[in-house]
Amino acid sequence: MNNLFLYCEIEDGIVADVSLELLTKGRSLATTLGCKVEAVAIGHKLDKIGEQVFPYGVDVLHLFDDARLYPYTSLPHTSVLVKLFGEEKPQIALMGATSIGRDLGPRVSSALGSGLTADCTSLEIGGHEEKKENKVYENLLYQIRPAFGGNIVATIINPECRPQMATVREGVMKKEILRPDYKGETKKHDAAKYVSDTDFAVSVISRQIEKSKTNIKGSSVIISGGYGVGSKENFRLLYDLAAVIGGEVGASRAAVDAGFAEHDRQIGQTGVTVRPKLYIACGISGQIQHIAGMQESSIIISVNNDPNAPINAIADYVITGTVEDVLPKMIKYYKQNTK
Amino acid sequence: MSLKIIVLAKQVPDTRNVGKDAMKADGTVNRAALPAIFNPEDLNALEQALRLKDAYPGTTISLLTMGPGRAAEIIREGLYRGADGGFLLTDRAFAGADTLATSYALSMAVRKIKDYDLILCGRQAIDGDTAQVGPQVAEKLGLPQVTYAEEIQKAENGRITVKRRLERGVEVVESTLPLVVTVNGSAPDCRPRNAKYVQKYKHAKTVSEKQEADSDYTELLNSRPYLNLQEWSVADVNADTLHCGLSGSPTKVKKIESVVFQTKESKTLEPSDAAIDELMRELILNHTVG
Repeated sequence: MNNLFLYCEIEDGIVADVSLELLTKGRSLATTLGCKVEAVAIGHKLDKIGEQVFPYGVDVLHLFDDARLYPYTSLPHTSVLVKLFGEEKPQIALMGATSIGRDLGPRVSSALGSGLTADCTSLEIGGHEEKKENKVYENLLYQIRPAFGGNIVATIINPECRPQMATVREGVMKKEILRPDYKGETKKHDAAKYVSDTDFAVSVISRQIEKSKTNIKGSSVIISGGYGVGSKENFRLLYDLAAVIGGEVGASRAAVDAGFAEHDRQIGQTGVTVRPKLYIACGISGQIQHIAGMQESSIIISVNNDPNAPINAIADYVITGTVEDVLPKMIKYYKQNTK
Repeated sequence: MSLKIIVLAKQVPDTRNVGKDAMKADGTVNRAALPAIFNPEDLNALEQALRLKDAYPGTTISLLTMGPGRAAEIIREGLYRGADGGFLLTDRAFAGADTLATSYALSMAVRKIKDYDLILCGRQAIDGDTAQVGPQVAEKLGLPQVTYAEEIQKAENGRITVKRRLERGVEVVESTLPLVVTVNGSAPDCRPRNAKYVQKYKHAKTVSEKQEADSDYTELLNSRPYLNLQEWSVADVNADTLHCGLSGSPTKVKKIESVVFQTKESKTLEPSDAAIDELMRELILNHTVG
């Protein structure tokens, strides 16, 4: 009882990276707390979920297998979690800050009257003293997240209510297998006992989900563009450089909002967090939200015609110039000097 | 089929344009230094409501907002664009609310409004980016929810069809009415103010605003009832103060820090051939690229 629970996001029988990343984090939090990690898989044809999650240190896997539970809709998945959490009384419940987790988490938290913190960038265990009431709390989940457009970082706690719920975006935590042969217990539940007919008020008529076309999270070189790149056409130069030196193209929120790049290339607090060997920031001024998603890159090069762009402060190399001028020179040198 | 629509809207500080004086020395936010605006995605939601009103004559739109007295501005902005009325939920007891206490208060106000087919709101507000209030209001009212809506395709015979924009694709879903729909920023922008409606509603006021106004609006507001904006307290919506504001919020802020990034000693290069060649040579030599 009072274990750490994680909701597994599943598409076509594959557990999403964000869930595995959170399992890695959840495992280390659970070890600190001395509790178990329990994963919850809700959907259809879940035979292969166990082999995917157990190596991350899952002690118990709860399966709710029912054709009506896939694809995801809010109400039945909420009902399953609310009832299961009512029975199991987890102290912590985590899920990905994805379009599913951010739809499901708030609904579950509202039904349970427990607090939820969205888009955490860090999770830690620590104590808290409520001086006014002379109360001391131990082993609380510190839910650390940026707020106010990224200008501040807040540590949120839920002293009284359980479970302490948090969502985390993809790429924020690192995915790491605990032991390939780690074995946990599988509990198959009768899903029909957890949902009611009224839970199926919303039905999915059509669905077109693409496999992610980009792999910016896994790329060791990222050429990223901001609003300063100026146009979708100029973004071609970034793709050219990426193709030549072997990398992926990323973008700031401003560039995505302006239509220069696709949404799944967005790097930063509301996009993906990346840690490449080389990050070339082109025409990116360096809003806090963006820097938070790439500051752990090993080498940062800023190409910007504004010598005072905030991003320059965290860059290893600053090239004061335009994208149109600098990138072709990089491409030319690389082509001439490599096989 | 005409619809009765409630649009939940929030007045937010414009966090997208944060200047140097936006943060106080102690690391807290200087709200006074930030302009208060209509939360952008709530405007996307209002536009969806207005499109339904265009498509289904007889449809009415009411705005519901919670905030300090000046948040009445949000209702007027809605009226200027084609909404029909609005409610301001304002009370000191609502202050310090997290998303759960906020959705409790809003759900109580919706219960007071009582007669509705559809509740629309933005996916999230730019001052918190949590995207929690929409689903939580739905849960509190026992209604289905559709989040990340990009287009409401139709609302007929007690059913609604909505296109959703997800991270990696689109989904079309159908649901029974009533329900809560949260609208994504990728949905069409809201239409501008309409001069005719600005003329009609520019003197629309809440009771508090009427009392604080320099001139006497009593006669005008009495002769034109549509200019009276409803102002509700905790008691007006039969809410339990224990579930409102700070006391109704399970989450507590333990600590706030302003964001400071580790600055580096950077090397500044001219965009000359020689300087860029040298940089690239170095990156190839130390196997950063290639």
